[in-house]
Amino acid sequence: MRCWILNESLSGILVLLWLGVNLYLFFDTYRWYEEEESFFYTRVILGPTLAWARASAVCLNFNCMLILLPISRNFLSFIRGASVCCRGPWRRQLDKNLKFHKLVAYGIAVNATIHVVAHVCNLERYRWSQSADAEGLVAALASLGDAPNESYLNPIRAFHTSTTTELLTTIAGITGLMISLALILIMTSSTEFIRQISYELFWYTHHVFIIFFIGLAFHGAGRIVRGQTPESLLVHNVTFCRDRYAEWQAAAQCPAPQFSGKEPSAWKWVLGPVVLYACERIIRYWRFQQEVVITKVVSHPSGVLELHMTKQHFHMAPGQYILLQCPSISRLEWHPFTLTSAPQEDFFSVHVRAAGDWTRALCQAFHADGQALGGPRSLPRLAVDGPFGAALTDVFHYPVSVCIAAGIGVTPFAALLKSLWYRSCEPHSQLKPSKVYFYWICRDSRAFEWFADLLLSLETRMSERGRAHLLSYHIFLTGWDENQAIHIALHWDENTDVITGLRQKTFYGRPNWNNEFRQMAYNHPSSSIGVFFCGPSALSKTLQRMCRLYSSADPRGVHFYYHRESF
Amino acid sequence: MGQIEWAMWANEQALASGLILIAGGIVATAGQFTLWYFGAYSIAAGVLVCLLEYPRGKRKKGSTMERWGQKYLTKVLKVFGPLSRNYYFRAFLHLGLSAPAGVLLATILGTACLAIASGIYLLAAIRGEQWIPIEPKPKERPQVGGTIKQPPSNPPPRPPAEARKKPNEQEEEAAAASVPSGPHENPVPVTDEVV
Repeated sequence: MRCWILNESLSGILVLLWLGVNLYLFFDTYRWYEEEESFFYTRVILGPTLAWARASAVCLNFNCMLILLPISRNFLSFIRGASVCCRGPWRRQLDKNLKFHKLVAYGIAVNATIHVVAHVCNLERYRWSQSADAEGLVAALASLGDAPNESYLNPIRAFHTSTTTELLTTIAGITGLMISLALILIMTSSTEFIRQISYELFWYTHHVFIIFFIGLAFHGAGRIVRGQTPESLLVHNVTFCRDRYAEWQAAAQCPAPQFSGKEPSAWKWVLGPVVLYACERIIRYWRFQQEVVITKVVSHPSGVLELHMTKQHFHMAPGQYILLQCPSISRLEWHPFTLTSAPQEDFFSVHVRAAGDWTRALCQAFHADGQALGGPRSLPRLAVDGPFGAALTDVFHYPVSVCIAAGIGVTPFAALLKSLWYRSCEPHSQLKPSKVYFYWICRDSRAFEWFADLLLSLETRMSERGRAHLLSYHIFLTGWDENQAIHIALHWDENTDVITGLRQKTFYGRPNWNNEFRQMAYNHPSSSIGVFFCGPSALSKTLQRMCRLYSSADPRGVHFYYHRESF
Repeated sequence: MGQIEWAMWANEQALASGLILIAGGIVATAGQFTLWYFGAYSIAAGVLVCLLEYPRGKRKKGSTMERWGQKYLTKVLKVFGPLSRNYYFRAFLHLGLSAPAGVLLATILGTACLAIASGIYLLAAIRGEQWIPIEPKPKERPQVGGTIKQPPSNPPPRPPAEARKKPNEQEEEAAAASVPSGPHENPVPVTDEVV
């Protein structure tokens, strides 16, 4: 919180750091392979494409090591919970894990392209060096390995073969083809369009990464990248002997050079993350096995199902989400839902809206369509994984917080407001934040009347306790029809709002953010104000702009810190 | 798994394969490797596949994101009528186009990818999917005067709207007014980015 510039640009710094490491590895490896003496003879046949292939291979190793880390949810939650230093800005980076995963995936794609093109050229050159057109040193090198005590340099031993056949008869070739196909399948099924229209297709195809990593581990096992052995370098001076290739068989001055293959190193890079991810999946499975007791099922109008559950050793913070699985609907699908209960309650709850196949099936399984339940035994079994962290836990670290929710983005704030209420009930609470502004913008409040009920109960309880000034909320309805408009106009002068029943009147249309932020900056001239938003990205950009605009340049003045919560 | 539209994935896969074929073809032609003219073929086949696959088809339900500038190619594809709609034709076309490129090492990856795309198209065709072109929506001209209501027919003092309606309509109104009905239909389309 002290360094506002650090906040905003930490993501940029981390990306540059990642890019810098990639470039360093690439150029360092490139330079090594171009200058290393033991690969001199290899370079004679292959040229610079050897260095291109090896440099991109090292970058691939690095990126394949990184790619599994951002998606180990439980590992990230552990870091989030355990980190005691530099909480704010670093923890926000953990929320951008999926963006980092995609960035590393692009890095893998670019490096894989370079690697494949370079090795295709290498194979073709190896084959050509066996032809009758090849002469001189190249031909001499290519023919090495035919005599009994010689080790070969050229993995392709004859000209009358096609490079495709050579590809398919080497371990490196087959695994390389397998890996490339796996990567392409993963990437084409992960485009934003496919993710939107069929998340299941994306998720199931993504598991081809198992084939990817197995292929990667065995890719170098054939050891076809060959360099001169150190013992051979001692007796065979390359600078002196390279022009005397006719004498290699006979002379004692220049015995035939001996070659050995480079041992596979990819497995060393990826072993750690693979083990970590395997543990992650095991943890998810173990969590799946744990018993979840459903204590209450409430069916709200317009297709919203509220589930109250308990589970041993379950501790949550407001704003976190869980993954629900219902084996009777699908054994492999886990769906995220924000927790809507406060940590102080002895159960945890989620509100599920029937918006897709799985959620509709869930509502039906819990007989939300009106049929009578057959008793607690007939309820389907649920598995819960989580809770997983999100940005809202930072609300309690600011003296003033602004929470803005658009549409369905209101669900994380349900837990937050309840938690705020419980905290304010504690007798000796030093309550931070001292003021919470809550903005709720939605087109149609019908799907969220359960939230309006929550606000109503909060409003009554807070005014009972004399803490009505703690929470200031504003509801903006952006969709109405003529009948509603007439109804509202007729009841305009009443004490409670006609739509929500709350004492605070609903506004119609969208908020004027300039006015709101100006008012807040005026009311709290020297505070840090945390702005938390959950909703669509267009509004997110607007709010980010507002935060920058109304933060004062004076370090002692008002500062708005923007946080965005998204799934 | 719900209703997966396989053709959408096949489209992405085929477009990617087209690009890989072009890249492999360039490598083979530029390197002047043996049988490099298959590389030239691969470039041509890749371009054809990309042009054919660039316009995205319309989903059966829900909205489809168009690719930038695809409406020009959609017009061209519509000319071919049933050949562009039918996914069996596309599956076999892709299989046929990919086969010659399998000869060369540089393009073998493109062959494999295009063959996979062909397989997914076959699956889509078996499930009865079809390529539907995305038509541009005709711009609706706002009806001038359409929202002006009839002036009141009786002089003041007038009873409120509820009393003026007939009794059965009044009951419907009473039921409807307590539960507000759907959102406001604007005569001029308004873009609203709030959920």
